[in-house]
Amino acid sequence: MSAALPAAAVPDPRILDAGEAALVVEFGASVDPAISDRVLALDDALEADRPEGIAETVPTYRSLMIHYDPLVLDREILAGHVRRLTGRAPERAGGAARWVLPCCYDSPHGEDVEEVAQRIGRTPGEVVALHAAATYRVYMYGFAPGFAYCGGLPEALAVPRRASPRPPHPTNAVMIGGGLAAVATVAMPTGWYVLGATPCKFYAPERAESFFVRPGDTLRFEAVDAAAFSSIAAREAAGERTARREEGPA
Amino acid sequence: MSILAIEAAGPGVTVQDGGRRGFLRFGITAAGPMDPLMFRTANRAVGNALDATAIEISTGGLTVSAPEDPLGLALVSAGFRASLDGEALPEACALTLEPGRTLAVRAGSTGAWGYLAVAGAIDLPAILGSTATHTRSHLGGLDGRGLRAGDRLAVRAPRAGEGAPQRLLAPWLARDPATIRVVPGPQDDYFTPDQIAAFLERPWTVSPRGDRMACFLDGTPLSHARGHDIVSDGVAMGAIQVPGNGLPIVLMADRQSTGGYPKIATVIGPDLGRLAQVQGGTTIRFAAVTVAEAVAARRAEAEALKPDIPREPVLRTEFPAEFLLGLNLVSGVTDGHGGLARVA
Repeated sequence: MSAALPAAAVPDPRILDAGEAALVVEFGASVDPAISDRVLALDDALEADRPEGIAETVPTYRSLMIHYDPLVLDREILAGHVRRLTGRAPERAGGAARWVLPCCYDSPHGEDVEEVAQRIGRTPGEVVALHAAATYRVYMYGFAPGFAYCGGLPEALAVPRRASPRPPHPTNAVMIGGGLAAVATVAMPTGWYVLGATPCKFYAPERAESFFVRPGDTLRFEAVDAAAFSSIAAREAAGERTARREEGPA
Repeated sequence: MSILAIEAAGPGVTVQDGGRRGFLRFGITAAGPMDPLMFRTANRAVGNALDATAIEISTGGLTVSAPEDPLGLALVSAGFRASLDGEALPEACALTLEPGRTLAVRAGSTGAWGYLAVAGAIDLPAILGSTATHTRSHLGGLDGRGLRAGDRLAVRAPRAGEGAPQRLLAPWLARDPATIRVVPGPQDDYFTPDQIAAFLERPWTVSPRGDRMACFLDGTPLSHARGHDIVSDGVAMGAIQVPGNGLPIVLMADRQSTGGYPKIATVIGPDLGRLAQVQGGTTIRFAAVTVAEAVAARRAEAEALKPDIPREPVLRTEFPAEFLLGLNLVSGVTDGHGGLARVA
């Protein structure tokens, strides 16, 4: 995905201090693929041209947080570097992956499909079909280890999050809420609705590649039945990464 | 290989190292010590790397022994009460723990966190590059949980230390907690100037319900100029978010990597430990500083931590513990659960 606006019309980001050891480079105030593209473009550019003293960066929907050591890297030098990079690299260098993930929407995994169907006045089958037909963009991680916030949820599935949390969702839950989609690796109480589960672990500290889905990647879900889910989950448990990466242009 | 045996541990006692770095982008909390300066002081006192694995002691208290070989230890706190087989020790001391003896650490009237460093390497697996415990996600430390009675920590390449207890002289740990310095922002524009002034002028009382994740403040609520929801962005340690109820929350070591409330200001690095050490019920104030002032304070703190920490012999008293208890110098020491209020 590339920025919708021509480079000349793109405003400079705001550079905000989060204390003396972190900068927030803010490209906007909304959830928007074009803004996210700029966040990730800066993240890529900093990865390629990284001043000593940057500890780590955290891409979010609309800003990049840069944690740095101010005794090694001066704030003004870092801010100047960021301005140069955002001036010349308004679009991503590329590298976003497209992932196809098996997802079981059936019982016992799709715990809240029925409830969502009632809320939006559709059948459970329609809810599943709507969810499985869409392509999602991973905007960011947050909240818990391997909790991926995703855009691209069909309008018809835009239910508000629950007013109070439901009991903990199972691991690797595929969820919706507040107009967004999510994949949540670690079981937690949640205000989101659980539509299903994927056997694919976004976060596995024991695996050589602990994380494989990066912000900016896209996801599609392929419905599988509970038996197929179990056999794929067994392969994941044995250390295999069962998510399929689609090749070729989007 | 030697052994540090946990004889008793209150809730909230965890293994920490310098923190888990590089994975905030995947939602992995950094964890690490609540009071980094005190943590580093303890490691330095035993000759370890500054960010080596050590034990963070909550107000729940900790009792340890060395059942196999003598262990060199440094206990560093500001206000905790320590004793070796019942004999009082300084709040910051280095000692050799001989087999058959017991080191006990209990909360005092000040201080919320203390650190116990072991001369050698506490042998735990690094998860995502770190041994730091994050109990909420069951990550790091010993099985991702707090320490408890019966745990045994293996120590690689142990060094026995220097024998009789010595008082550590670390004047940089005598920090006044009354005023906590902050850099305004990153979302100070969600508040009107009079609300920012109120934030800086009003006294705030540290709530007893804080933990490693957050320090909750009680006081007169602040109001928002533009609502209390923002599109989630990154959260630094020390970020002061103001949720809908208007009462500030300072996000600490176990914070989530991102958050959706406006952050009026951020506590500067050198004052994070100072704030972490404030017991529930204590009143603090905030003072705004510039980034340059915060960096100068950070540099001064880095230079204060001496390469060799001066020490002096502990004057052995001939008073048994029962006598000291009779003097009421150490009230509450016997229950082992004093001051649990800081622990969730």
